[in-house]
Amino acid sequence: MKLTSFYKILTLVVFIFSFGIALSQEHNTREVSDESHQDTDKESKFDITSMIMHHISDSHEFHVYGNNEDSFPKSLTVALPVILWTGNGLVTFMSSEFHHNDDGTYLVEKKGLKFAKNHGKIYEVKGSEIAMDEHHHPTDSKPLDFSITKNVFVLFLSAIFLILIFGAAGRSYGKNGTGAPKGIAKFVEPLVLFIRDEIAIPNIGEKHYKKYIPLLLTIFFFVWLNNIFGLIPFFPFAANVSGNIAFTLTLSVIVFIVVNVSGNKNYWKHIFWMPGVPIPMKIFLAPIEVIGMFVKPISLTIRLFANITAGHIIVLSLIGLIFVFKSVAVAPVSVMFTLFISIIELLVAAVQAYIFTMLTSLYIGSAIEEEH
Amino acid sequence: MIGIAALGAGLAAIGAGLGIGKIGGSAMDAIARQPEMQSKIQSTAIILAALIEAVALFAVVVSFLYK
Repeated sequence: MKLTSFYKILTLVVFIFSFGIALSQEHNTREVSDESHQDTDKESKFDITSMIMHHISDSHEFHVYGNNEDSFPKSLTVALPVILWTGNGLVTFMSSEFHHNDDGTYLVEKKGLKFAKNHGKIYEVKGSEIAMDEHHHPTDSKPLDFSITKNVFVLFLSAIFLILIFGAAGRSYGKNGTGAPKGIAKFVEPLVLFIRDEIAIPNIGEKHYKKYIPLLLTIFFFVWLNNIFGLIPFFPFAANVSGNIAFTLTLSVIVFIVVNVSGNKNYWKHIFWMPGVPIPMKIFLAPIEVIGMFVKPISLTIRLFANITAGHIIVLSLIGLIFVFKSVAVAPVSVMFTLFISIIELLVAAVQAYIFTMLTSLYIGSAIEEEH
Repeated sequence: MIGIAALGAGLAAIGAGLGIGKIGGSAMDAIARQPEMQSKIQSTAIILAALIEAVALFAVVVSFLYK
């Protein structure tokens, strides 16, 4: 049937591009500035920048509490597996073998190769220590990093959550038929109907919305759940998944592919040869429309990434103020502000998921629109 | 130059403030005219605010990249 083969292609695309998430970890938008290495003040000023960057970026281990010098129970770090594809084949070990070393001085030897971790990235070290250039950036090559990092772990966790919740809801419809829903379906049904009636049908139309509703529902609930998980500060949820540009970029690439694969003749005509305008305008508009074709998914990427990351930075800065001023008196004010901002962040989590889904359905609708 | 990335982010915040302020003003006027449409207008206003916020955050991302 035409419907199931479309589902198969869509599932294959999503599956292939989910490797994109696993491949591109440790994606900081800026390198931690090297000035933060010099802590030569007498009172060792609290470095709030590196604290914030540490909490926002991905990492090979879950740092639950405490500082790394103490052992359990004074401090707890959950190590995650490191999986590397090198010239000698697949190398796997636990990230605890690095012994919390993050500046490239501790080497782990596996399968005849030596690895060191510098600022969260793993390098294949040729000599006796990691090679740096004059700007203090490592020059060694990096193996392909397929590790289960914090973000990958929470991605799997939220995927399992969604499978459990929606699997149970779907099965309860099989058992109850067309009566009132029971159990978790009672919670899920208004949300699904909201997406179908307010987002899918108005933008895509009655005839074709069924093909795209799985994509829209997945995007909405996956983004919303990952936004919420980013706000929970304790293990195992404390990872900034939707603030990782690789995650949002992968979702946007999927949207780009779906929109352009389902574009009909009318859609491509509007891009390359806009009807209803004089010929010089048609030629002028074509490159602009092509750029627009790429800019729309890029704006989806940056919108979600920047909103979520900015929210996390605000919360971390407010809590970090307590440590910058080194006084307990700041704590009540800081926590009040943080509470207020966190409530706004909950709203932002839902609204950004809604906007991503709505814009996706808008782009799909414009791709399958018939001539009018 | 000193702190020019922070200056850029501040200008982006001004833009966001102006844009969202205008939405808030129009929403208030609309609710005053038709109080029975309040919830619809409110949800539309929040969505538009998020879209405008996104443009300001594009500028913040650029200032991140500069630093």
